[in-house]
Amino acid sequence: MNQAPPTPVVEMRDISISFPGVKALDGVDFRMFPGEVHSLMGENGAGKSTLIKALTGVYGIDAGTITLAGDRVSFSGPAQAQAAGISTVYQEVNLLPNLSVAENIMLGREPRRFGSIDWRAMRRRATELLAGLNLDIDPGSLLGDHSLAVQQLVAIARAIDVQAKVLILDEPTSSLDADEVAELFRVIRSLKEQGVAILFVSHFLDQVYEICDRLTVLRNGKLVGEYLVDELLRIDLVQKMIGKELTTLDDLEQRARSVVVDDSDAAVFVNAAGLGRRGAINPADLPIAAGEVVGLAGLLGSGRTEFARLLGGIDRADTGELTIGGTPTKLRTPRQAISHRIAFSSENRRDEGVVGDLTVRDNIVLALQADRGWFRPIPKKRQDELAQSYIQALNIRPGNPDALVRNLSGGNQQKVLLARWLAIAPRLLILDEPTRGIDIGAKAEIQKLVFNLAENGMSVLFISAELEEVLRLSHRIVVLRDRHVVADLENDGLTVDSLLALIADGSVESDEPVPDVAAGASVAAAGPSTGSGHDRSQPPTDPTNPTIEGGAR
Amino acid sequence: MSALLARIVAHRLFWPVVMLVVLLVINLVAFPGFFTVSVRDGHLFGSLIDILRNGAPTLIIAVGMTLVIATRGIDLSVGAVAAISGAVACSIILGSPEPGSLATVATAVTVALLISLVLGVWNGFLVAVIGIQPIIATLILMTAGRGVAMLITEGQILTVNSPPFKFLGSGFWLGVPIAVIIAAVVFGVAALITRRTALGMFIESVGINPEASRQSGVRARGLLFVVYTFCAFCAAIAGLILTANTAAADANNTGLFIELDAILAVVIGGTSLAGGRYSLLGTLVGALVIQTLVTTVYTVGIPPIATMVFKAAVVTVVCLLQSPTTADAFSGFRRRLAVRAGKGVAAS
Repeated sequence: MNQAPPTPVVEMRDISISFPGVKALDGVDFRMFPGEVHSLMGENGAGKSTLIKALTGVYGIDAGTITLAGDRVSFSGPAQAQAAGISTVYQEVNLLPNLSVAENIMLGREPRRFGSIDWRAMRRRATELLAGLNLDIDPGSLLGDHSLAVQQLVAIARAIDVQAKVLILDEPTSSLDADEVAELFRVIRSLKEQGVAILFVSHFLDQVYEICDRLTVLRNGKLVGEYLVDELLRIDLVQKMIGKELTTLDDLEQRARSVVVDDSDAAVFVNAAGLGRRGAINPADLPIAAGEVVGLAGLLGSGRTEFARLLGGIDRADTGELTIGGTPTKLRTPRQAISHRIAFSSENRRDEGVVGDLTVRDNIVLALQADRGWFRPIPKKRQDELAQSYIQALNIRPGNPDALVRNLSGGNQQKVLLARWLAIAPRLLILDEPTRGIDIGAKAEIQKLVFNLAENGMSVLFISAELEEVLRLSHRIVVLRDRHVVADLENDGLTVDSLLALIADGSVESDEPVPDVAAGASVAAAGPSTGSGHDRSQPPTDPTNPTIEGGAR
Repeated sequence: MSALLARIVAHRLFWPVVMLVVLLVINLVAFPGFFTVSVRDGHLFGSLIDILRNGAPTLIIAVGMTLVIATRGIDLSVGAVAAISGAVACSIILGSPEPGSLATVATAVTVALLISLVLGVWNGFLVAVIGIQPIIATLILMTAGRGVAMLITEGQILTVNSPPFKFLGSGFWLGVPIAVIIAAVVFGVAALITRRTALGMFIESVGINPEASRQSGVRARGLLFVVYTFCAFCAAIAGLILTANTAAADANNTGLFIELDAILAVVIGGTSLAGGRYSLLGTLVGALVIQTLVTTVYTVGIPPIATMVFKAAVVTVVCLLQSPTTADAFSGFRRRLAVRAGKGVAAS
């Protein structure tokens, strides 16, 4: 392994950034060393992307200092950061699919001759760069004709052309399959040997442990710590990412656990058998009884949301069977799910939840009205009653049904969204991160509500990144990891620690050939992962031919 | 009093109405008898009536366009659809042995309207099912539609001599021009259907946040079919009025550029091209502004060749007044007004 050189190439000290009402980063320190792969870890809202944007000049910093290769820097835009040697490849490849590979690599830096573009030099330079990445594709081919993985590598080629000292890869693997990931890692390792400092951000723990040397954990905008990957057990990492929160609702926890749920077959409302979708969630089973609260635990990207979306009819399952109330059913649209009284409340409140420019009243009645059809409007008086009753029951502020939802706070928007789903009197309510980003008071109210609903016979599928919350509310907890269900347990004697252990290392309960993830996991379970990436946990690629086929798909 | 003023200034229809009033006042200054409405031969008569009558086709199309735009769409094909419907009606009337009979005209109008429904469904199909961007999808019919109209008229200007048909364009009922009555009916029906049922809410919901609407069970696809079909229907009605007014179907010129006037009317009325909240009342004001503008050109004596430039200037002013940047500048002004009234900051 590389010995960490004494001087970091990037040093950020005491960085603070505030947005209206939120302290996104609060006195965070962060360093990167040349020839090292560094990972930034944390759940949603931890401040990862804010920190990256501070480093790349997208956001200005309110306090703190950034040092690059010994010099104090202050970027006023991404272009400046790039000129200084900090290159970024974003999750969504933001290149131009309708231009050629060479044009994409050289865009904005085209070699010029007599004032016009020197196409020959451009091709030559692009070919060199691609060769440096062992990427055998025609620089003249259209970027859009290549697979996402190749596009990603082209984006990297573009990034390293600017003599990058620092290369930031934001979720580069989220849309790649195992072979493509292996190819990307090969490129990362070769860049590492050239002394580039690489920031690798990923939700996949196994990949982090395979490729990274060092990691920094953030939580709620604060620095938790910087660790060498070799010296940090996965379970400790997960614990540091999720953290602990003081609870004000211990009584709920006791009550939830004391409720006896009849989980005999007769009472099962929804039963998923081998339900899965390619690229989202591997086939999994999940029976949910009437009146039962099932918690889904797992990290972001573990498949917890993807699985819930299948049950809510948001995405179509491509394998498996879903039985609702004893009848096999295929859910093709959210509309069908709603007609079966299954409500899915998205984690993405702004884009998939509330309709910002409509009033609170319209938002509350929307799903109910959609179910009735446009021709049978809910009488105005009834709409007002519904809106008023939910505004009171959920304590929505301001309590004005005519207020536009976009002017409400996040917590109140969430309550409006909940009201919309409660208005259809669901038999199964799927709540994806209903308490994210809202204040503690609203959080407690929503938790109480979930509990009361279940007592009245409604089934609830509850997803939250906060394990305390999942433990407090759920009768049963299903643990997901790397798109597999790894455990399905009664919430009886479970603790945050035991859940953390399952999330970090839980073995895959599957008859299928054990995928690479499990191999990596067992290493970590046995002891500190080597993290060097030299263990061959990836599916083998032909070592004699380390190039990606460059042909058009 | 100042607080009330601040609220009026903040209203979305404030600037369009101001523009309308300013234009009317300019006309009044240039031509003192401008507001005079007299009764001749039992018909209302005067410049204001002319504005209403000549603005009717634009208003009718703008009503349909408002709903399309509210879903984040746009319909460029309305002018072509208007030409087709006029061509269809005229060719049926010409081909009939009794061009002057009521039955012939009724058949012609019905067939023309039915064909417009087919054209609207075509647009809806391209947008909702195939998923083509509305501007491209309707561009197809915009281009092809004139050609279809040409085929129907066989390249001729079809002149019809049919009193009942002529009546649609230039007739009066109870002293009021028929075109104005038709426009009022279309406007009223559209307002009633969208605001008395849940249709309007769904249209806005889909326009504001398509994914959230889908997850709430709103059938966006069916909705798009409805709005594009309705828009084409409106275009056909306008086409019939335009054709009946001149008693001639001209495939090349009927409803030429009317899509631009209609879109303009919608935008002046405060409905955002980004979709979402719409205001039919705003569209009404917008259509009146545009027609008054055209009238003003003649009253004030601006040479007709400068009409387009003059129109563009007015549109620029309206757009500037409605832009977020200007709104920010004015919000300071509103705040001062509100503070003076001791009522705190006025909601913008």
